Amino acid sequence: MSISKMSVPTPGEVLAPLALQRRTVKLTGWRLAALVAGVIAVLSFVRIVTGATQIDSAGTIAAAIGLAIPIGMAGLGGLWSERAGVVNIGLEGMMILGTWGAGWAGTLYGPWWGLIAGAAFGAIGGLVHAVATVTFGVDQIVSGVAINLLGLGITQYLSALVWPGQPTQSPSIPAIGTFTLPGFSDAMATIAEKGWFFVSDCASILRALTFQVPYTTFIAVALLPITFFLLWRTAFGLRLRSCGEAPHAAESLGVNVYLHKYIAVVVSGALAGFGGGVLATVLAGIYREGQTGGQGFIGLAAMIFGNWRVGGLGAGSLLFGYTQAMQLRSGDAVHALLLAIVVALVVLGVWMLWRRKFSGAITSLVVAGVAFLWYVTTDTLPDQVAYVTPYVATLLVLSLASQRLRMPAADGKPYIKGQDH
Amino acid sequence: MRRGTVHAIVGENGAGKSTLMKILYGMQRADEGTIEIDGKVVVLRSPSDAIALGVGMVHQHFQLADNFTVLENVILGDEPTKGGVLQLGEARERIQDIGRAYRLTVDPDAMVEDIGVGDRQRVEIIKVLYRGCQTLILDEPTAVLVPQEVEQLFSALAELKSQGLTVIFISHKLDEVLSVADEITVIRGGTTVTTVLPSEVTARQLAELMVGSELPSPETRESTVTDVTVLDASGISLTADSGRRLLDDISLRIHAGEVLGIAGVEGNGQAELVETIMGMHSSATGTVVLGEEDISSWSTRARREAGVGYIPEDRSRHGLLLEASLWENRVLGHQTQAPNAKGALIDRKGARADTDRIVAEYDVRTPSIDVMASSLSGGNQQKLIVGREMSGNPRLLIAAHPTRGVDVGAQAAIWDEIRKARALGLGVLLISADLDELIGLSDHIKVLLRGRFVADADPLTVTPELLGSAMTGAGGEES
Amino acid sequence: MRKIALVVAAPLLALAFAVLVTTVILIASGHAPIDVYKQMWDYGTQPDSLVLTLNLSTTYYLAAVSVAIGFKMNLFNIGVDGQYRLAALFAAFVGGRVSLPPVLHVTLIIVVAMAVGAMWAGAAAVLKNRRGVSEVISTIMLNYVATGVIAFLLTTDRFAVMTEGSNNIGTQPIPPSGQVPGFNVIPESTSPVFGLILLAALVGIGYWWMLSRTRFGFDLRATGLSPTAAVASGVNVKRMVLYVMLLSGAIAGLIGMPQLLGESHTYNLDFPAGLGFTGIAIALLGRNSPVGIVFGSLLWAFLDVSRQILDLTGVSKEIVTIMQGVAVLSVVIAYELVRRYGIAAQQREVGRQLAADAELAGATA
Repeated sequence: MSISKMSVPTPGEVLAPLALQRRTVKLTGWRLAALVAGVIAVLSFVRIVTGATQIDSAGTIAAAIGLAIPIGMAGLGGLWSERAGVVNIGLEGMMILGTWGAGWAGTLYGPWWGLIAGAAFGAIGGLVHAVATVTFGVDQIVSGVAINLLGLGITQYLSALVWPGQPTQSPSIPAIGTFTLPGFSDAMATIAEKGWFFVSDCASILRALTFQVPYTTFIAVALLPITFFLLWRTAFGLRLRSCGEAPHAAESLGVNVYLHKYIAVVVSGALAGFGGGVLATVLAGIYREGQTGGQGFIGLAAMIFGNWRVGGLGAGSLLFGYTQAMQLRSGDAVHALLLAIVVALVVLGVWMLWRRKFSGAITSLVVAGVAFLWYVTTDTLPDQVAYVTPYVATLLVLSLASQRLRMPAADGKPYIKGQDH
Repeated sequence: MRRGTVHAIVGENGAGKSTLMKILYGMQRADEGTIEIDGKVVVLRSPSDAIALGVGMVHQHFQLADNFTVLENVILGDEPTKGGVLQLGEARERIQDIGRAYRLTVDPDAMVEDIGVGDRQRVEIIKVLYRGCQTLILDEPTAVLVPQEVEQLFSALAELKSQGLTVIFISHKLDEVLSVADEITVIRGGTTVTTVLPSEVTARQLAELMVGSELPSPETRESTVTDVTVLDASGISLTADSGRRLLDDISLRIHAGEVLGIAGVEGNGQAELVETIMGMHSSATGTVVLGEEDISSWSTRARREAGVGYIPEDRSRHGLLLEASLWENRVLGHQTQAPNAKGALIDRKGARADTDRIVAEYDVRTPSIDVMASSLSGGNQQKLIVGREMSGNPRLLIAAHPTRGVDVGAQAAIWDEIRKARALGLGVLLISADLDELIGLSDHIKVLLRGRFVADADPLTVTPELLGSAMTGAGGEES
Repeated sequence: MRKIALVVAAPLLALAFAVLVTTVILIASGHAPIDVYKQMWDYGTQPDSLVLTLNLSTTYYLAAVSVAIGFKMNLFNIGVDGQYRLAALFAAFVGGRVSLPPVLHVTLIIVVAMAVGAMWAGAAAVLKNRRGVSEVISTIMLNYVATGVIAFLLTTDRFAVMTEGSNNIGTQPIPPSGQVPGFNVIPESTSPVFGLILLAALVGIGYWWMLSRTRFGFDLRATGLSPTAAVASGVNVKRMVLYVMLLSGAIAGLIGMPQLLGESHTYNLDFPAGLGFTGIAIALLGRNSPVGIVFGSLLWAFLDVSRQILDLTGVSKEIVTIMQGVAVLSVVIAYELVRRYGIAAQQREVGRQLAADAELAGATA
């Protein structure tokens, strides 16, 4: 009854949406294109004003995409699992298993086998999570935490067993093939160097997309629409999602809830493991202990940022990948980014004024002012600013938009067949 | 039951309607007896079996995924596919066909959370029809609907009937039953009383059949009502997030030594009224005065400390910590009061001793006060709660369905306690679906319908039939 | 008696299972399990190892209590890790910069640590109460933010100084007035046990007392068992979330203190990390009980210390990590099974007993 609204939200009840406030502008193809163009224009403007070419150089963008892949795969894993109603904070552990699997099989049989082994190791982690949460009804957070600990322990032991001399890392893994569009990518590089407004920035992006792109990137990116198709366009997907929304209703219509949850959590583990595999084989070329460094959690954050949807999760992963890429760049670039934020906030503020949302407009303009002051009074930003950006962004998104976010209704709630809710 | 009819099943709460329906829908197995469909004896092991045999059910609590579209909800589990890919266009057409054929129009692409209760019910009905069911079971379908929606539902049912479908309609709203049913079966105490035609009975006769004549009357008599006001609530309103009015300008006054009974069909605001008086709805408006003090803005705890005892409707969710010991459950709700607490500390000794007292005084059957509350029977759990809430000299006792789901012995004991409380000069707010209980224990009865008080009744003169009519809005406003 | 048996059965079963898995792995990798266990036992029971075990378990115990307080209310403070590291950094910085009389100095350091820990955890509570953000996600994020903040502050132009004779940096060492000397407990060992082991014991007793004796503890447990019943009983759940989170964070602040005040006297790059997650594991192992956690942390510490011998014998010491991981996962499953079994068993038991009583009464009547 209504009392329950006042109770402590269980992990599953967080972010309870207010249905009436959920009216958002639908993102059509044109609006999306306009948004992307707007972002490029802002970056371009800032690049020209500050001279910090690295904020959208082809190298930066390629790095951002590369770094976004493991995040996106972990997030996609989270999406599968949570859409079926199982909260999966064990993604990090599954990803660790994936990195090790890739390091082991990658050094022995080549990078492709490494990726397959990574996915398989992750899937095993997912299976353990499924057994604990679906079959035994253990609290999903507790099980996830335990899997994170277990993933670390198992890989440490296996490393010591397999690479006794140097147990914290593997020998290097042979590199995976890359794709370059001959002629075109060089042409883009040439245009990018001209420094033209907007045009050069677009060229940088195209250069990044056509020059030495690892094949895994294509696989990973393809997995997004594939997931969308499977979950939103097939009967299987509808049933799987129904387990996350209304499992009792689903069961009453003959859906095998346990089976679908199992499949979802195992796939979730496989995707996180694949993400770990990419981290080891493609990004690092080596397995190193502690390599994941919380990418699994950031993936989870990207998924929440993306409102449990494929497109949003892709955008979130890119954003987080970009901030990580900026970490590797010079302090100038990060500093210039501050100006980009100022411009973006001003644009947002003006738009809000136009939409007559005055309080929102004032907030963003004030924040823009503060950020601008910060920008003009400093020359560089501490490296740590870029490091904490994904985490702070997640906290901000959650605290500002938690009413707009919509998690699956039965997410996090143990489902026991036949028991009333 | 014949094809192409609407057959109503009526009975009081607990008469066995829901159990019967669960058996028909394969959710429970009958101990004895057989079910025949189209002349063949069938065994129903699960809802899927029932659906395969053409029996579908619309639950009182909708089984819908809010975050899915109407279309998705309808086709779930029986999706039209081509190579595993959903054929939404095909499904949409089929739903629209059903809509046209039975005049059940719903936008297939609307999100369920965005549509109203009436529409949701239509979705549930479409769900059943989509699976080709010829027999529909509707469990208390009007309980959640407003009058206009009820009318729409009835015209839809008429349409179904005219197309040769069979509808089983479970209800205790007699006026509705009379207007919609072709045949009415009355059940009481788990057995069929009779089957009648609506043209042959009046609502009052039906109510009599429903309630029966045997009344194990919990009588009170000789008034102990004083003119000291214990609780004075006025202008209480509460609005749900959806904008629906749950409570609409409710006022009531309870004197010392008085039992005020609230009658009403479930879901008409009783639970919200109790929770508002207990201070659990911060959005409620109106004033609540306990004795001399305005407690409108007090927390639940402060109200309890001020002497409000509370026997909640749902024991296991609101009344007990099932996995804690009996003596800890004695403390629950009285964490700050003697003999459970000394300052900021829990007085284990005091609490345990007092639990022993309650167990003895209220005849709670338990081997020890250290067993978990979950290991006691419902009746013993309830006796513990009653004993707990009567401790610490309360001024006001709020009892919501105090004898629900308890055995006959415990029921009599709880009635005794309520009488005792009245004799001791407490004000008692009694909410019950058991009309005999209400009439037998109350000094005054108010009838709640759709969040408003619609009638007052004097238990000395009122009969369950009259009360039943008032509860369902069937006329007989004042007795 | 039966109740105790049930409580003990789950962890013992889970441990047995963990040992079984470990044994299988050892055999599969060509080692003799009995020899391995014997070596660990012999090494772990040496006097110096026992001192190490006690010191380590002091830290572990504080970490586990910090986690358990929240878990007891179904409030998942995954952020203990960030809370204690941030707290230790600030405490070390303040402790190294001031000079005060001995007791006062130590008190100040501890108060700073508790306050910083509580604040970092309190942020998650505010986000949960005000904005409906799950504490699970926010505390995980805050862990990383803490890492960033520490990296930012622990530089030579802010909180840190170069450590002499090495290329490590750390806060200004805390002068003797702010240190807590150890004492000898194990006669054969020359190394002392952390003085703050007493603080851990005090925290444990306080936790037990709070849970079982105070109204606050009752409200906390009630909220954990049934939030709906807690609300109906008058518990203000939002306030509880805030208080419990603050308390959990304050105790998290203590985690680094035995190490800081008893041994390293500075927060440097080598300061132990990851204790918050060890705390989660031990809290799960000890089922959030003040006594259970004692056994959990002693066992965990013993395993961590005794495994050091394994490297010398050619077995990789990470086998112990697997044992620990398997134990944690199987113990949560075992607790869930035992919980369900326990409820059903007691129901039957009570039913039987009441029936017997009724018969007896019938016979005498």
